[in-house]
Amino acid sequence: MTELTSLTIAEAREKLGTKEITAVELTKAYVDAIDAFNGTFNAYITTTPEKAMEMAKASDERRASGKVGALEGIPLGIKDLFATEGVHTQAASHILDGFKPKYESTVTQNLWDDGAVMLGKLNMDEFAMGSSNETSFYGPVINPWKAEGSNQQLVPGGSSGGSAAAVAAHLCAGATATDTGGSIRQPAAFTGTVGIKPTYGRCSRWGTVAFASSLDQAGPIARDVRDAAIMLKSMASVDKKDTTSVDLPIPDYEAALGQSVKGMKIGIPKEYRVDNMPEEIEALWQQGIAFLKDAGAEIVDITLPHTKYALPAYYIVAPAEASSNLARYDGVRYGLRVDGKDIADMYEKTRAAGFGTEVKRRIMIGTYVLSAGYYDAYYLQAQKVRTLIKRDFELAFHAGVDAILTPATPSSAFGIADENLAADPVAMYLNDIFTVTVNMAGLPGIAVPAGLDKKGLPLGLQLIGKPFEEETLFRTAYVIEQAAGKFTPAKWW
Amino acid sequence: MSVDLATVKRVARLARIAVSEEDANRMVGELNGIIDFVEQLSEVDVTGVEPMTSVTPMDMRKRQDAVTDGDKADDIVANAPVTDRNFFLVPKVVE
Repeated sequence: MTELTSLTIAEAREKLGTKEITAVELTKAYVDAIDAFNGTFNAYITTTPEKAMEMAKASDERRASGKVGALEGIPLGIKDLFATEGVHTQAASHILDGFKPKYESTVTQNLWDDGAVMLGKLNMDEFAMGSSNETSFYGPVINPWKAEGSNQQLVPGGSSGGSAAAVAAHLCAGATATDTGGSIRQPAAFTGTVGIKPTYGRCSRWGTVAFASSLDQAGPIARDVRDAAIMLKSMASVDKKDTTSVDLPIPDYEAALGQSVKGMKIGIPKEYRVDNMPEEIEALWQQGIAFLKDAGAEIVDITLPHTKYALPAYYIVAPAEASSNLARYDGVRYGLRVDGKDIADMYEKTRAAGFGTEVKRRIMIGTYVLSAGYYDAYYLQAQKVRTLIKRDFELAFHAGVDAILTPATPSSAFGIADENLAADPVAMYLNDIFTVTVNMAGLPGIAVPAGLDKKGLPLGLQLIGKPFEEETLFRTAYVIEQAAGKFTPAKWW
Repeated sequence: MSVDLATVKRVARLARIAVSEEDANRMVGELNGIIDFVEQLSEVDVTGVEPMTSVTPMDMRKRQDAVTDGDKADDIVANAPVTDRNFFLVPKVVE
């Protein structure tokens, strides 16, 4: 018999449906795998094995009584950014020390309503601020992938590094994640997994710890395109508790898989051919173009002239929103408190002790760009540039392009504690150069593995779609997956 | 525009984050690096461009101004570091 943890969600669904396996058996296999290997990867911050076994038992009972949800009995990992009632929810930050919410986020509630089982809370960059999962208060996550012939530990990407590593190492069947500038797609690309950031408004943000409210979106990281489609259908909902949740029906994303891309127009934006881009990334991109051409898609060159301004605009908008959202962590209502001589001193000491370096840096930038005298020059200018970035995409789509193909990241996974990146925050920010435009324009984007580099590390391609046309992305990504195959790390652990 | 030590300290004060002299000095360099990077936005011609206020063209969902939730005082203070009879306790603010 194959190892239960090697089953995709779709395969497990099949075997659970035919009673070949039970949710209890499947969940136990994951609980054991986590026990054995989480120490190696540091993917989970907290595990909830008892709760998982209870949920699995309840799932088997529901199935016996004929009630079968879309994710019935499927064991999932949850990013620490999602509020889970009575369970550790700290956004991997020290400032939320001991926080156990009295409520459940809409996204996770949707998953439980569909029968899924929670294995625990996944590591991430603190408050989702980072591209390597090294800013977590709980320490870095280790990528299950290693370069051929090397023993160097690599980052899984960030901020959803725990989600991506847990999926790649088979420590969960699938994971929730969030993406503010690339935090689903970049780690998916670094770990050979599939990650989709849906259109802004598709998944409710209620009960998800806020980083930058106009950019944050939840989405899944999964083993393949089908699993990502299954998970997104359950995560997405129309939610009265989130005023930016969009009132549109949720399609059956899985039904889009296998549909032809014949005659579809795929845009190739020349601005994504950046300076110093490794040859391998260019080769991967050409490979992706060839895959889609072979499947009958029409390839068209397009221009998105404001692309280079997306990252600088992001580093004004996101920190500005973060500085406002993170003002709530003041040592009064939840989490850490460090006493001071008066209330202002208490605030300052609590925040100094509770936030990590990268979070402080972004709060400082955000406070600066919003402060008197600078607002127009920075924040207002960035919001205008954002309008132009969105307009670039609108013009391309208006001209008949159905989806846009780009590389997902400018490189494969890099080493833990990379000295050059540690010394230069901007160099780390450049990791999101291909993904951040999508958040700025509120569009859906999917990262799908498309090959390995010379070192044997996975590389991903990104597809960008029109608002609320996630089906087009699943359909097209599936074509790439069929052509490129799937990628699993050699099991060295 | 560039950031000096006095500005870093002023911004830290606005952000309510205590910084040591050493932290503040380190932040001068880091923040200037980021400010230099975002400075390139000033070269974009934004004449007649409206600033983005909502990424999706949608009307904000509204509802009747009525109480739909409540009676959860115990839940609300459950995670607070210091409370007394369902009040959050803070250092004395008014003498």
